[in-house]
Amino acid sequence: MTSAAAAGSPVDGLLATASIVLSLLVAAWALVATLRHRAPDRAQFVGLAVLEVALLGLAVVALVALGGGERPGEPGAFAGYLVTLVCLPPLAWVLARMEPTRWGSAIVCAVCLVTPVVVVRLQQTWEVLGG
Amino acid sequence: MVEVRAPKRTNAGPGRLLIAVYLLFAIAATSRAGLQIATKFDEAPVAYLLSALAAIIYIVAAVGLARAGTAGRRVALACCSVELAGVLGVGILSVVDPELFPDETVWSQFGSGYGYIPLVLPVLGLLWLWRTRRDPS
Repeated sequence: MTSAAAAGSPVDGLLATASIVLSLLVAAWALVATLRHRAPDRAQFVGLAVLEVALLGLAVVALVALGGGERPGEPGAFAGYLVTLVCLPPLAWVLARMEPTRWGSAIVCAVCLVTPVVVVRLQQTWEVLGG
Repeated sequence: MVEVRAPKRTNAGPGRLLIAVYLLFAIAATSRAGLQIATKFDEAPVAYLLSALAAIIYIVAAVGLARAGTAGRRVALACCSVELAGVLGVGILSVVDPELFPDETVWSQFGSGYGYIPLVLPVLGLLWLWRTRRDPS
């Protein structure tokens, strides 16, 4: 984890940080909705949509870096995490639409708590060489 | 057509949250096991096959809960039981004799690598199946 490696990582910039913060905000909002017995509201769905746009942006940046010849430390795991990551908000969206009760909000909360973990794992699989 | 004293649906309300978490673990365990088996199977075959088994169980449990109905409930019950036995068994073995599992599995150290959720999940699954065993209406 040298500073040079960190600077060269395409998934370790403003976009990744923004995704993590946004995901945690949506999770917090969804948790409040769950505790107040509220179904997923417009704010949660808008939050999921914006989060998905940010994650797709992150994926594009990563793909551009890969196209430019850069390679992650663990290519297979990196690809797996990247694909999983962009699928998470749609998964939450679909399940929350199917469940218009407080439990729909709980699903949004759970998925939005997992998303930052996957972003961090994505960053680790880029940086860790031979780990 | 209409069952008498049919069990409550397992795929609505809290059950849907449970299915969502099972799906997340199915994805996590499947991709991890797939990658390990594809790239470095020889290093720790037992651990990786166990990861694959766990992955299959998560998938089948999610399907069982989602399908609801009598058959779905039986499938989910079997999966949650095997899962609980697995996470306890592997957890104990990995603490007592770490040599047995040279690489991490989903169930190693009672699932500590996954925030102990693998330990909590089958318990919640069994509780949910118990809560929904009869339709109160």
